[in-house]
Amino acid sequence: MITSETINRFVDADRGIISRQIFVDRGIYLQELERLFTRAWLLVGHESLIPNGGDFFTSRMGEESVIVCRDRGDKIHVFLNSCRHRGMKVCRYEQGNTSLFTCPYHSWTYTLDGKLQGVPLYRQLYEGMDRSQWSLVPVAKLAIYKGTVWATWDKDAPEFLTYLGDAKEQFDLCLDHRDGREGGSECIGVHKWVFPANWKFAAENFLGDTYHNPSHRSVDMIGIGPSGRSGVKGRRDDEYAEAQHLWISFAGGHGVHSAIASSSNEFVDTYRDQPEIGAYFRHCFQERKRRLGDKARLIPFVGTIFPNSSFHGRQPRSVCVWHPHSPTETEGWRFFLVDRDAPAAVKDFLRRFYMRYSGPAGMTEQDDMENWLYATRASTGTIARRYPFNYQQSMNTGRLNDPVRGYVSTEITEHTTRGFYRRWADYIRGASWDDCLGRADPRFAAAKAAE
Amino acid sequence: MSSAALYRLKLDIEDFLYREAEFLDERRFTEWLDLLAEDLVYFMPIRRNVKFGQHDERENTRQGEGISWFDEDKWTLAKRVEQILTGVHFAEEPLSRTCHMVSNVRLVGVRPSPETAREVTVSSRFLVWQNRVEYESYTFVGRRKDVLRRAGSGWQIARREIILDQNVLLAKNLSTFF
Repeated sequence: MITSETINRFVDADRGIISRQIFVDRGIYLQELERLFTRAWLLVGHESLIPNGGDFFTSRMGEESVIVCRDRGDKIHVFLNSCRHRGMKVCRYEQGNTSLFTCPYHSWTYTLDGKLQGVPLYRQLYEGMDRSQWSLVPVAKLAIYKGTVWATWDKDAPEFLTYLGDAKEQFDLCLDHRDGREGGSECIGVHKWVFPANWKFAAENFLGDTYHNPSHRSVDMIGIGPSGRSGVKGRRDDEYAEAQHLWISFAGGHGVHSAIASSSNEFVDTYRDQPEIGAYFRHCFQERKRRLGDKARLIPFVGTIFPNSSFHGRQPRSVCVWHPHSPTETEGWRFFLVDRDAPAAVKDFLRRFYMRYSGPAGMTEQDDMENWLYATRASTGTIARRYPFNYQQSMNTGRLNDPVRGYVSTEITEHTTRGFYRRWADYIRGASWDDCLGRADPRFAAAKAAE
Repeated sequence: MSSAALYRLKLDIEDFLYREAEFLDERRFTEWLDLLAEDLVYFMPIRRNVKFGQHDERENTRQGEGISWFDEDKWTLAKRVEQILTGVHFAEEPLSRTCHMVSNVRLVGVRPSPETAREVTVSSRFLVWQNRVEYESYTFVGRRKDVLRRAGSGWQIARREIILDQNVLLAKNLSTFF
């Protein structure tokens, strides 16, 4: 077991020095499986993938397969995809509809709420066995938040909204309607792919690693955004040119990069490739401004909800999970989102943009995977592991709750990443939930004192 | 119908597909783009593990709907080529080494006739080997269903459907063409 003393040596957020070991060491990885992925809230899916009673979607939590399903009473369940008898997966389909999960091995059957129903020759061979004790292992808590489905194995975990904390305001920008109404997203497809890198490189990327922008120079030079066919360069429409950028670290370890549009908050001409699409988004912009007033100036960029769920809030729009396979291998799942009630032409326009931008076939994301692979590989070396990574960008930026809630920097910084690792270290040390929620984090102490 | 005409046509089509593979492996991407019709549909669905009896309906994602690996037109493919040619697309810089093998070529449909063919539906299988930098290797295996259209004395690809035999993608990137 990795001791607290070792963790303290590996992660020094105050000085911005973090050991490469946490990205490659098998002992640390096993401790992540034991202490992090067993407690944190993990994203397992989207409600729109299981719209009807009997619908199921197989997913993952950490390394493990889980089933996310909706029973005939419309209630959603998440349980471990492993028969209680001898462990065989009771469901090996991606998605579907069923009334029972039947194990192929010895035919034990489970209902949609995970309860053990059928045991062949039960009376003869299992006299006295209490079937109610042998359900598929359910998660301790689950939460549906604006369509996204979250679960945790820890019965002592705080409620999801407590866990999300002040990051809610920023994450909402991804999950809410484009016209300012709450919620309303639909998942139109899922990418799943395996890449050889530690999952934390991916999580870091979405904490607001603006500094890596030049890595995507090739895609910016050619122009693939929603106005790309009209000759506009860049990988997305630049709605942020006049905005104040914010890099926000949250007590729970989450981090985002958002922006506040200028006070005039005029519509930036976007989605120019198709005029009717542009008109639709102009309408959404105006409606959102009407509904939210000054709050409509806040627009999202990217974020990571601790530990391994990330999002693109606007262009493109998706939530994703970085599932660990090993210290040096990760499986990315990306759930692409649109407004459920958007016109078909808008959804079609967006899905094409998403496919050319994101994922392994995406012209932007391909360069990220290249970086993450070689960063991981180089860090496995004996000599390399003696030299920590530099997390010293913008050490003293940040103000509390100004101009939005959270610890906010208005210049490019790695403080969201430093904040992420503060909490990561807490979980790996086996700290209390108070600590893991960042309630002892000195950055937020002033607010605590005020409260 | 003359079987000689059919054999001549098949030879012609095979030679087209092999020449296309040469362009890609020799990194002659601009010449490869010229083999694509302006109204090209280039589609690689995502494959799903579904219950017996549901494969026709649900195994593959659909062209024109939802999310697939590729559902593109010539403009997007031209952008991909343009990106490689910037020399700073790090996923392809340094350039990968690829080997596109094409086999099992069958003419599934010939319109209007082998002697006067203007449009041909061709099925084939591919094995694409990709090696990059020092130790990265990927193998992509599957089927293609193409619609080739007469263009001058040669052909162009009007439609390509690429059925990759994988579910979760086992490569970090799809930075080559199929």
